[in-house]
Amino acid sequence: MEMISKAGELIIGLMVLFGALVGALSAFGLIRLPDVYLRSHAATKSATLGVLFILVAAFLYFMIYLEHTSAKLLLGIVFVFITGPVAGHLNGRAAYRSGVPLWNKSVQDDLKEASKEEQG
Amino acid sequence: MLSTLLIASLVILSLAILGCMYRLLKGPSITDRIAALDTIGVILLSMIAVICMLLKTQNYFDIILLIGILTFIGTTAFARYIERGVVFEHGDDK
Repeated sequence: MEMISKAGELIIGLMVLFGALVGALSAFGLIRLPDVYLRSHAATKSATLGVLFILVAAFLYFMIYLEHTSAKLLLGIVFVFITGPVAGHLNGRAAYRSGVPLWNKSVQDDLKEASKEEQG
Repeated sequence: MLSTLLIASLVILSLAILGCMYRLLKGPSITDRIAALDTIGVILLSMIAVICMLLKTQNYFDIILLIGILTFIGTTAFARYIERGVVFEHGDDK
């Protein structure tokens, strides 16, 4: 029983560490990528994945070792999972409509043609 | 064992916030800064979850929810402000 508990702690710790590494990776992408749209891609997706790993690990830890199933933490997981990508999308759309230029090596701009067709 | 891993994750997350601060201060356009701010909020939220596990307390779960909601509302308001120039629009009675 002691050993199982130790192994569970190790797995939860590794989950937290992996989430932190994914978050650091998103910060790295935020620094290195060349364009608002690519940077927003890095920031949104990987930061959401990292925070979901950490929150799920915290939920499991509190459920197994402290015997407290937290509805607040579940609500937080669902909320972050829904709103993270939505915020990224809103931000990217605002950038496009306010005329932030694309990276000069981008090869495709579907939204430009679509909005041209819409205007006739 | 677990606390060592948790403290290491806290250090890594702090470095990630530093990286976002670079983009927040330098970013060429406003949307860069907003994306960096959003990421800082999300990473701060996960740091608070790690601190909860480290201290074995449940009192900070409210803060997790609060920071999540505030980050989303802030990003939405900033995006609307950039797109249209206003946050709240008037109705039909203009």
